[in-house]
Amino acid sequence: MALRWCLRGLALGRAIGSSSSRLQLQQSTNNALFSARSLPQALQWWRSRADAPLPPSSPLPLIHLPPPDESKHRGSAEGDPLTFSAFSSSVDEVEVAKFAAIADTWWDSDGPFKPLHSMNPTRLSFIRSALCRHFGRDPNCAKPLEGLKIVDVGCGGGILSEPLARMGAVVTGIDAVEKNIKIANLHAELDPVTSSIEYRCATAEKMAEEQQTFDAVISLEVIEHVSDPAGFCKSLGDLAVPDGAIVISTINRTIRSYAVTIVAAEYILGWLPKGTHQWSSFVTPEELVLIMQRASISVQEMAGFVYNPLTGEWSLSDDTSVNYVACGIKRNP
Amino acid sequence: MKSKIEKKLLSQHQLNAVAAGCLSRNYGRTFCSVVEGGESSSCPKAEDKTDQGEKFERTSKAEPYDIAIVGGGMVGMAFACALSRNPMTKHLTVAIIDNNPALGFKTSFKRSEIPDPRVSTVTPATISFFRDIGAWEYVLQQRHAYFDKMQVIFPFIGLGLHWVGYTRYNARDVGKECLGCVVENKVLHYSLLSSFQSGAELQWALYPARLSSMTVPSPRSVSSRIMSQLEDSPSGRFVKLDLSDGNTLHARLVVGADGSKSNVREMAALKSTQRSYSQSAIICTVEHAVENDCAWQRFLPSGPIALLPVGDRFSNVVWSMRPEEASAHKSMDGDDLAKAINRAMDDGHGPQPGSGVLGGYVERISSFTSWWGPSSSAAEPFRAPPRVTAVASERMVFPLSLMHAHDYVTRRVALVGDAAHTVHPLAGQGVNMGFGDASALAKVIAEGVSVGTDLGELTLLKRYEKERKAGNATMMAILDGFQKAFAVDAGPLNLLRAAAFHGAQYIPPLKRNIISYASGDQKWPLFS
Repeated sequence: MALRWCLRGLALGRAIGSSSSRLQLQQSTNNALFSARSLPQALQWWRSRADAPLPPSSPLPLIHLPPPDESKHRGSAEGDPLTFSAFSSSVDEVEVAKFAAIADTWWDSDGPFKPLHSMNPTRLSFIRSALCRHFGRDPNCAKPLEGLKIVDVGCGGGILSEPLARMGAVVTGIDAVEKNIKIANLHAELDPVTSSIEYRCATAEKMAEEQQTFDAVISLEVIEHVSDPAGFCKSLGDLAVPDGAIVISTINRTIRSYAVTIVAAEYILGWLPKGTHQWSSFVTPEELVLIMQRASISVQEMAGFVYNPLTGEWSLSDDTSVNYVACGIKRNP
Repeated sequence: MKSKIEKKLLSQHQLNAVAAGCLSRNYGRTFCSVVEGGESSSCPKAEDKTDQGEKFERTSKAEPYDIAIVGGGMVGMAFACALSRNPMTKHLTVAIIDNNPALGFKTSFKRSEIPDPRVSTVTPATISFFRDIGAWEYVLQQRHAYFDKMQVIFPFIGLGLHWVGYTRYNARDVGKECLGCVVENKVLHYSLLSSFQSGAELQWALYPARLSSMTVPSPRSVSSRIMSQLEDSPSGRFVKLDLSDGNTLHARLVVGADGSKSNVREMAALKSTQRSYSQSAIICTVEHAVENDCAWQRFLPSGPIALLPVGDRFSNVVWSMRPEEASAHKSMDGDDLAKAINRAMDDGHGPQPGSGVLGGYVERISSFTSWWGPSSSAAEPFRAPPRVTAVASERMVFPLSLMHAHDYVTRRVALVGDAAHTVHPLAGQGVNMGFGDASALAKVIAEGVSVGTDLGELTLLKRYEKERKAGNATMMAILDGFQKAFAVDAGPLNLLRAAAFHGAQYIPPLKRNIISYASGDQKWPLFS
């Protein structure tokens, strides 16, 4: 599900060089991969594959990159190599390349980010009520987040930043992929309400180094894509003012999450590009609470996101076995 | 009231610089027409104020409106009212586009006036919606007629039989106070306008013009497209509306409330299915010697005729018939038309119900079904409709047709009311369906605002369509079925359907379901 990530990192140029040598690049057409298949067709196709997904206990399945347009890729990397080499931490270069390839499709609600689009209202309603409770705002008005300084870490194309801005927040969106930031900027400028969002190509670590602070730090579907979740969490904590809120969502590491987010979503339904998720990188709620606590964040509430395949709608629930979200408060040092 | 409007007027201009020029002049006119009689001296003052408004210049980079409502009729105004009354949506900027001068006039009606023949039967569901949006109190100040009884009559003549079936519905059967309320359309419209103007915190502007063209941006998925859009126009993401008076505006969402011949539907290329009934309805207001408190409907081979109480000894007649008959009835002498209506409602169709052989059978069956639950009106005797003494108003004739849009929504466009569906007027459900749409769309938009959604987003609008389309289609199928069932004039079939409808009188659960469904509070008859 998660298609955002943040990063500490290696230069993108290096990332691409190494990824193409180390990984099997799958150059099949984007459309064939992303379009929904009929179930029997999909199953047949899946069975026929030699490298079908492996069970959770096995080593990582091969990562199939979606068909990147390499010339474009290199273009953007060459355009701003310094931005990336400036990052000192361990961004996962494989993940960076993976998402840069499909950055163009961020705002296509039927494209690879479709699950994220359909999940968005539910994620936002959790954030809305959690932040209203914490900051004592009236939830029964149109702009309950008026004036709150919020950073969206791993903002991607801005599909979370824009609604937050409409809800009145002063939003900064950061992402490690230059191309995402370009898309996000272009899209936000089209509407006067969202044009005030400040987008930056940066990592959480870099922002923390600059000693920037925010009332709320939100990082959805990112932590499962970073190489050092604990360090990442620490940076998120550093970005929050004392008593500020930190919202993190990710995917649980359960048999069900393997079946749903990898086998079903990537291989059978084709909703997500294959290789989007690595089961071993998923984080359990217990682990998340622990690493948040180590980062001086005390978790206040947690909720699961549940998908109803009949209505095609997401809802909040107690079931945290697949997608879930946690809201914590930064303790005073 | 007056000062409130003045204040509104001023704030409108302060807030809405966009609506300068002809718009502000329109406010001035609105204001003048509102203030009646001796108060007209305040008009110049209002004009002075509005002139200040013209200082504001429309610029090409004008802020887009959140919502543009095309058509300020009953459904369009109900939608605007619903937005203005919800804390989530009351901050939105709204443009109302309608060249109907009535939109600017607030006329009050004197009770002595003869009721307008254009009336609506509003259901309890619509009444509670009107209460929510603060418009019902204005209706109550004007002429309106609640009715708690309804009698439907199905005459049957043929096969040597001469029999009249009937069903009497009573609000008490479903524990309601009334089955509905008959209100003149202009009263409904006036009430919505009054409520909107008195309570609206919305920043709104009225554009007294027609829509001449509409450009919906094509969906883009890739950055190159975004870039080209960006270069093309600063508002490339919004719908561009060109008006007949030369104004151009942009909106995040366009709501088509412009009736069955909707321009918005056509310009958005939303397909629809249409069928003409080769029937016309003639409507007029008639007078009785006594006040009518019951809604009457009689199914005739040529089409249904309904007699609805509108208060003050007046009733409204809606009579469907072949177009050539309708034009003949339109040009008929007043006394002759009154006689024709009396004949259609009562005389010339044989004996009173209950006296025939069939009546006895049905009553016997009913004794078996009584364990289903009591129905107080099951045993109520047949009542003859009150006689019409005179035709009190002008007569109007309009052709009947059925239309249903395949999709109610597309990117940044949504249809409500008759623009999405037009039905046979036999049960007076058309406008109630429209108010249901307005209420549902306003609710969906409020939900969208609460999570910061772009109001024109298709996934949001689809939720409105999902909520309304199935219910509307069911209602249309039922009404169309009624129309067909009574349009066929074949002996045995006539007997069968008369018996079926007569039977409904004696089966309480069925009857309760029919009443509830017609009251607008159930989605699926029999299954809820």
